[in-house]
Amino acid sequence: MNSENPENDKLKFSRRDVLAGLVSLPVLGVIGYGLMKHHESKKKLGSGLIRNIKPIIPAGIPSLVEGKTINIGMVGCGGRGGYLMKALGFVHPDRIDEFTEKANNNKYWADYLKEFNAQENLNIKITAICDVFEKNARRAIEIGANAFRNGKEGKMETAPKRYLRYHDLVAAPEVDAVIIATPDHLHVPIALEAARHGKHVYCEKPLSWTVAETFEIRNTVKETGIVFQLGHQGRQTESYQAAKSLIDQNVAGKISLIEVCTNRNDPNGAWVYDIDPEGNPDTIDWKQFIGPAPWHEFSLERFFRWRCWWDYSTGLSGDLFTHEYDALNQILKLGIPHSAMASGGIYFYKDGRTVPDVLNMTFEYPDRDLTLLYSATLSSEKNRGKVIMGHDAYIELNDTLIVNLDPKSTQYKEEIEKGILKPHEPIYSYVPGQGKIDAITTPTEKYFAGRGLLYTYRDGKAVDTTHLHLREWLNCIRLHDGTKPSCHIDQAFEEAITAHMGSISYLEGRRTYWDEVNEKII
Amino acid sequence: MEYSKSKLTALVLLRLAIGWHFLFEGMVKVLNPSWSSKAYLLDSGGFLKGFFEWMAHNTTILPVVDFMNAWGLTVVGFSLITGLFSRYASLVGIILLGLYYLSHPAYPGIDYLFPSDGSYFIINKTLVELFALYVIYSFPSDQFVGLERCWKYIKTPR
Ligand SMILES: NC(=O)c1ccc[n+]([C@@H]2O[C@H](COP(=O)([O-])OP(=O)(O)OC[C@H]3O[C@@H](n4cnc5c(N)ncnc54)[C@H](O)[C@@H]3O)[C@@H](O)[C@H]2O)c1
Repeated sequence: MNSENPENDKLKFSRRDVLAGLVSLPVLGVIGYGLMKHHESKKKLGSGLIRNIKPIIPAGIPSLVEGKTINIGMVGCGGRGGYLMKALGFVHPDRIDEFTEKANNNKYWADYLKEFNAQENLNIKITAICDVFEKNARRAIEIGANAFRNGKEGKMETAPKRYLRYHDLVAAPEVDAVIIATPDHLHVPIALEAARHGKHVYCEKPLSWTVAETFEIRNTVKETGIVFQLGHQGRQTESYQAAKSLIDQNVAGKISLIEVCTNRNDPNGAWVYDIDPEGNPDTIDWKQFIGPAPWHEFSLERFFRWRCWWDYSTGLSGDLFTHEYDALNQILKLGIPHSAMASGGIYFYKDGRTVPDVLNMTFEYPDRDLTLLYSATLSSEKNRGKVIMGHDAYIELNDTLIVNLDPKSTQYKEEIEKGILKPHEPIYSYVPGQGKIDAITTPTEKYFAGRGLLYTYRDGKAVDTTHLHLREWLNCIRLHDGTKPSCHIDQAFEEAITAHMGSISYLEGRRTYWDEVNEKII
Repeated sequence: MEYSKSKLTALVLLRLAIGWHFLFEGMVKVLNPSWSSKAYLLDSGGFLKGFFEWMAHNTTILPVVDFMNAWGLTVVGFSLITGLFSRYASLVGIILLGLYYLSHPAYPGIDYLFPSDGSYFIINKTLVELFALYVIYSFPSDQFVGLERCWKYIKTPR
């Protein structure tokens, strides 16, 4: 078979030689196939040390329910309104040009554009917009016309009609459904009128600004039967859904304390936003901005930094705690607490604001034997995460999920003694799409991204959570069979009442209670 | 060295099986950007425990260890399967397996975080695979079944 003489080798080289030389190559193909399969089954990147822990994670993006084109009216087209339109597939043509140019030499923007273009067309039209600030209204019209995701030179759809008053927009026949992204004090008035006109509503969080209107909107939504979704896009965050399934399997044992926090430390994070040079009494319909709020003379600060005043805002409790609360309400079905106690103050931003910049709230759930603790400051970035503390393990929850073993656990005692599990070390971790977060630019964006509020993962791919949340709402509208979105009015009601209990406790310096029988905060 | 048909079959099968195991282990690591040997190293036992832990904690060394590991396994596996330079590959494989064994020796009284799939005393599967590679090293088969057979032909001056 072999020979000492190379000349002979050459002469003898035959088909047989080729076969024997290459015979093992198909093995490489089989291994390639195996790798593919392996990759598919591992793509969730969840790794567990306890064999029977299996988190249930949503598979893929739910497909779009077929039906006719839904005509959308946008009320409030500021920062959030713009983001919502992007999640619906509508971006200003100038920005498309800007992205395209940046994408040429920057991978982040190339991916950004690719992700946006990959986002499925939701079969909707933006037919009407309403904003009381000229500049935002003008931009929203241009955004709404860009149905084909083109740059300036590209083809546009008929521009949405601008309404000067939301009352007229919600009554307009060319509007099937309304999206509300105005300041907090206007959410319920707009939602009420829309519902009374039979229009479906996607309302930004928090649900309400006063306690009384919270009841009113709940009743009206139920009476009219419209499809209502509150804008807590965290409902779509994969790690929260994974956490829920782990807790349902009792991985953490009995939970006694949950700690959630807000830590930000820059003016933007403290709601000191830029004042637009185009803003003045001629370009802003001040009276409509005031709406149900107490009268105050025209003020650019109040208009652009409305979150700093109770007159329009719900403070830390309504603006930021509600995201945390809704995440936990989704995971643990907490409902409204038995009591709330809050304290804090305006300790850093002494800029004339009325809402506190440091706030600590404790919510008691005696029926569940647990306390929910919220602690916030707008002047330190020390990250404290979301921690669910159980007797057997504590769960650290962000857009990632880590289950850490408690050394004194009863459930895992044997495994700890045998050395199979090490105290304080993760027994389960879920870390999707690592590295992605680095591309986020501002601290405020990081704050939201870290909470899974900007994007989540489906089948290992990043997806905009707000897109999924809107999609769920549109699907329920098209199904038209009573199916409710995940953050429906009862969930929204619980969110708002809980936040109000905290704020009232802070403002009145006393403990507030929820009278479950009479449905009253006392 | 001449082999009978059945001896050659046995040798090639052994070579393919080990190559398969190495290539798959290697590629899984190469394809997973977040893979690191850190946890494994930290879980070390035996008399070299300190040395492996030092590697795990050293931020300059660890990426090198990770790289050599993932690509080492991949290249060794590829070479064993295709039958090209598998004598050298088996030596490298023996070194890799030797290191794995030294970091996790099977000796009573040493507990590891990752539970093992059987009961061992000194000899475990890592060591068995190591000795099997020694057989591959000592009884080369590339020149009969493998790319080396073609390689030789290409290299032959014409
Ligand atoms: N879900 C989230 O993650 C998220 C994120 C940011 C904001 N939000 C919510 O979105 C809402 C808007 O926040 P924002 O940051 O976009 O504020 P913003 O000030 O940037 O935008 C508010 C817009 O509403 C307009 N407006 C005011 N009064 C109006 C009226 N009577 N009729 C029509 N338009 C009116 C303003 O001109 C402005 O364009 C808030 O309730 C906030 O809580 C939610």
